[in-house]
Amino acid sequence: MRRAIHIFKREVRVYFVSPIAYIVISVFLLVMGWFFFTTFFLFSQANLRNFFSLLPITFSFVVPAITMRLFSEELNVGSYEILLTMPVTFLEVVLGKFLAAVVFLMAMLIPTLAYPITVASLGQLDWGPVFGGYMGAVLLGAAFAAVGLFASSLTRNQIIAFIIGMAICFSLTLIDKMLFFFPQSLLGLLQYIGADYHFQNISKGIIDSRDILYFLSVSFVALYGANLAIQGRN
Amino acid sequence: MIHVENLTKYYDGFCAVDQITFDIHKGEILGLLGPNGAGKTTTLRMVTGFLRPTSGTIRIKEYSIEKHSLEIRKLLGYLPEAAPLYHDMLVYDYLGYVAMIREFGKEQIHYRIRELGELCGLNEVMHRPIGELSRGYKQRVGLAHAMMSDPEILVLDEPTSGLDPNQIVEIREIIKQIGKEKTIILSTHILSEAEATCDRVVIINRGRIVADDSTESLKQMARGESLINITLQNATFQSVENKLSEIQGIVSITPVDTTGETTEVIVNCQSSVDLRGEIYRKVKETDWILLDFHLETKTLEKIFREFTVES
Repeated sequence: MRRAIHIFKREVRVYFVSPIAYIVISVFLLVMGWFFFTTFFLFSQANLRNFFSLLPITFSFVVPAITMRLFSEELNVGSYEILLTMPVTFLEVVLGKFLAAVVFLMAMLIPTLAYPITVASLGQLDWGPVFGGYMGAVLLGAAFAAVGLFASSLTRNQIIAFIIGMAICFSLTLIDKMLFFFPQSLLGLLQYIGADYHFQNISKGIIDSRDILYFLSVSFVALYGANLAIQGRN
Repeated sequence: MIHVENLTKYYDGFCAVDQITFDIHKGEILGLLGPNGAGKTTTLRMVTGFLRPTSGTIRIKEYSIEKHSLEIRKLLGYLPEAAPLYHDMLVYDYLGYVAMIREFGKEQIHYRIRELGELCGLNEVMHRPIGELSRGYKQRVGLAHAMMSDPEILVLDEPTSGLDPNQIVEIREIIKQIGKEKTIILSTHILSEAEATCDRVVIINRGRIVADDSTESLKQMARGESLINITLQNATFQSVENKLSEIQGIVSITPVDTTGETTEVIVNCQSSVDLRGEIYRKVKETDWILLDFHLETKTLEKIFREFTVES
């Protein structure tokens, strides 16, 4: 596992050396900031509910943009041949890259801590839902990062990896908003699959093991898929 | 050291490597020779564990590739074709990363990188991004990467491709030097390279082994007939042909260039007997001026063509 940490360190360094990281962070903050504060003063309520309800949609396209290069770039340049002929296991490679993406996501969320601090100065902010919201954001981001990593392991083209990742994340986010299209017998299952449903639970401040388990299982399944896809290549 | 048996690889129904069997002994430099698309890279990729064989076995020391892939990768240093490295990293950082994965201690890393930089001539580019390096330097970084853990076995896929003649000589020197202690497999389509560096050559064509012998005995095989090139002044082709055909053992005399003041001919001698002495004596009897007189060295080139060109 120590080797997974070296891979993780390399990936994190590459993230912060390249300009893409800063572009993605800027776009994320711009979009979140604009949509949050345009309606914030209309409601005149001191909470971050609006911010957290936007997060799954924003993450659906920002997270795949972060993860798209993780495998696709290596496949394209051919460096994965070097990576896989060094004494590392597939699992270490996948975990190292996944953790790097999660850490990057956390770094992206840190500047948004300015929102609760601002809001708290304007009124009585209930910190419980904020804490839950950030925990949910990390869990949601991790699940989406795993999905994005899986998409990236499928193709050497970063754009295709981005689109596949985004399509899966959007479906997970929006599926519980489209329940009326489906037969009644499937509703329970589809609602459980929806990422937004679980995320909103956590961001209300209700930390339920079922929701945590949901995000962990999405991450696990996607990482397992990425692992298989990389192994299956040769 | 390395034992490869009945190794076969199919890509979607296309047979890239077909029933290859060979052995490599400790301390040997083996050249895998063949035209483009012969299956050299595929074979090497299977030996390194990067590709899974369709069938057949590879054993390295006491390890088998299916069960002990990780142990084998610890023993191996591998330079893939065209050295695909991380372009966004500095050379020093990259080598440091490789050293970390190869489980070097913190203090050893710097020392080891310095040592490899010295050996591969990388010291002046240590702090430049790999993406900005020329082809030759990238190849050297790849070589340093492969040698990082001082592995017992080095697998080099076209180690001199893309290098200029000076660099080729340098890299060959490095290979020869480390080949004294290590086992090396290298692939190439350049014959002179195999001749210059390898102890043994395996020629493959269309996925099959067509020859497997030491460089020396392969060269011996080529000496079934020898060609002597002579350039004379003051002589006509006719007179040269008349004079030389008196010698026993000459198969044919072919003109190369008879237009100018000089006459250049190639004398084809059948036997393995060296006829140069005889020819010289004949030339001495006349008033011709001998400008050039040499044995055309028939190297691996000819064998290679015989084995790999479809008749």
